[in-house]
Amino acid sequence: MKPAFRDAFLSALVALGLFGTMIGLVTTTSPTGLTLRYRPEAVAIAVAVVFAGRLLFHLWHARHRPAPKAANAARIEMLRRGGKILAPALLVVAAILPLIAGRYYLDLGILVMTYVMLGWGLNIVVGLAGLLDLGYVAFYAVGAYTYSILSTTYGLGFWTCLPVAGLMACGFGVLLGFPVLRLRGDYLAIVTLAFGEIIRVVITNWVSLTGGPNGIAGIPRPTLFGLRFDMSGGPGTFAGFFGIEPNVTQRVAFLYYVIFALALLTNWVTLRLRRLPLGRAWEALREDEVACRSLGINVTNTKLTAFAIGAMFGGFAGAFFATRQAFVSPESFTFIESAIVLAIVVLGGLGSQLGVALAALIMIGGFEVFRDLQEYRMLVFGLALVLIMILRPRGLISGRTPSVALGTPKLIPTEQLPEAAA
Amino acid sequence: MTTLLSVEALTMRFGGLKAVDALSFTARTGEITAVIGPNGAGKTTVFNCITGFYRPTSGALALTHPNGEKYELEAMQGHRIARQARVGRTFQNIRLFAGMSVLENLLVAQHNTLMAATGLGVLAVLGLGRYRAAEREGVDKARFWLDAIGLTARADDPAGALPYGAQRRLEIARAMCIDPVLLCLDEPAAGLNPRESEELNRLLLGIRDNGCSLLLIEHDMGVVMRISDHVVVLDHGRKISDGTPAEIRADPAVISAYLGEGDEDETAA
Repeated sequence: MKPAFRDAFLSALVALGLFGTMIGLVTTTSPTGLTLRYRPEAVAIAVAVVFAGRLLFHLWHARHRPAPKAANAARIEMLRRGGKILAPALLVVAAILPLIAGRYYLDLGILVMTYVMLGWGLNIVVGLAGLLDLGYVAFYAVGAYTYSILSTTYGLGFWTCLPVAGLMACGFGVLLGFPVLRLRGDYLAIVTLAFGEIIRVVITNWVSLTGGPNGIAGIPRPTLFGLRFDMSGGPGTFAGFFGIEPNVTQRVAFLYYVIFALALLTNWVTLRLRRLPLGRAWEALREDEVACRSLGINVTNTKLTAFAIGAMFGGFAGAFFATRQAFVSPESFTFIESAIVLAIVVLGGLGSQLGVALAALIMIGGFEVFRDLQEYRMLVFGLALVLIMILRPRGLISGRTPSVALGTPKLIPTEQLPEAAA
Repeated sequence: MTTLLSVEALTMRFGGLKAVDALSFTARTGEITAVIGPNGAGKTTVFNCITGFYRPTSGALALTHPNGEKYELEAMQGHRIARQARVGRTFQNIRLFAGMSVLENLLVAQHNTLMAATGLGVLAVLGLGRYRAAEREGVDKARFWLDAIGLTARADDPAGALPYGAQRRLEIARAMCIDPVLLCLDEPAAGLNPRESEELNRLLLGIRDNGCSLLLIEHDMGVVMRISDHVVVLDHGRKISDGTPAEIRADPAVISAYLGEGDEDETAA
């Protein structure tokens, strides 16, 4: 009891030092200019809250001791079972969303799904290969602009341009990969960050190709086997072909299913690759690069493939983004996008597909839900992130299942995994 | 006995420090060659040169496979030395993929063989081609080594959760999965208790008898004297003695290097 009081007292002292000026002094405008006003009562309340809170925290901690290791194993097993049910449940909800949700939620669904796909793409680079990439948005931008330019200049359709956008982003991934092969950790992060900015600055300034800050407008929407989704309802449109009333929801639902399929493709390829030598080499690279070299693994190529494949999915997502918005401009590809996608991956648990999907749902979906809070939204959002990272420092879903096993695969708890690249 | 590895006038300089100074020795096919010497004698540096982690300042490292193929290791990239010249190695401070299962560790070691069966990855992603069969073979090979090191029951556990001695054995098994002709072991007996050390001896002799030659750095003289066929002694980057274990034991130069007698000062040892 005594140490609890002591600690609470010390915390209160620190709070007094901090709040004494931060809360205690207020500047007000008066006819003579700025004057200082004192608020001792507000400081007293803040200090009292800190004292009581710290005390309660200690009392609570004394009663709920941290779970011992054995319980931990049981919890991991429970989590694994939960994950087995949760993943298909989420999948089913995602698949039938257009049937049950209105226009607003469908739009939100498209947004969330885009980030799920970006998260899964970045997960290959950061989660599996352990290469911290802060410039992922560059590939998103390359994909978006590839489609925008090809479609507006040459009149090519979405489905023709999609692979081209992916390949283009893939090429840029290799381009980024080459100079950063020797770098690790922080140094790698800085160079990738710079790469993301370079792409954005080039797009902003290459006015003849990209339209500069004005962006590119009038990007065509995707078609379903040549059927357009427009409101005329004439021949050659979706509604006309099936003889139904044209409705804007049809187009939104179609867009939703396009990104849903693209995201599933990303997930499927990642899951397959994890079970192949390439994916295993990525994970081995994350664990120990020197050991990889001693086993005859070409570290250069392995890293490049991780960058290239991760970038390719970023490019696909970019092309989708362009076709959904029908407009692209450099403003959509700022560093904050990279940061959000990276936050999704880290928050979800590096390498965990389900975790990334959940994190995207919470971050993007949650961000929208708190729209009514206006400027406090950022605050709530930041607090939520801090809370999650305190409670689950290795991400929502941590631990990995081996890609191959003699018996039944066991989940490997995160304590065995190396420190996250971030 | 034919020469497997011949080290000619190998010199490795780090700035002003000569870690290895004009070292020459040979390792013969089918033998266990031990490299011993006081701390800081340059043993690990020699290993890093042989396995391509360092590029030697000068000198030649020639490897001749039993089938006559020749490799100049000093000019090869690290991963090619493992892949083509088939030189495997372990590390002084164990470098396993701690978060991956024991079985996965052994499969990563077969990366190049398995990768060749994936048909540039595309076929295997689609579930076509002969990758399935290749992986089954890979698992069989892993199982063989798991049996050899007595870890079959723990195949699905994370490698980082194994006890220290088992981690050492797993690292050796992993290096063996690249089918080496020469296996370089950096202090394999460090930190093992006498029983584990005895098991290690048996494992190493078994590997030698199956046709893989060994080069080992070791401080545990019990292990060195019992299993090696040939011993090279280094001190301050130079070779001070070379011969059978019995000859080494009797060599006054070796005794003085270890006990710090004669003109060597003790702090340098």
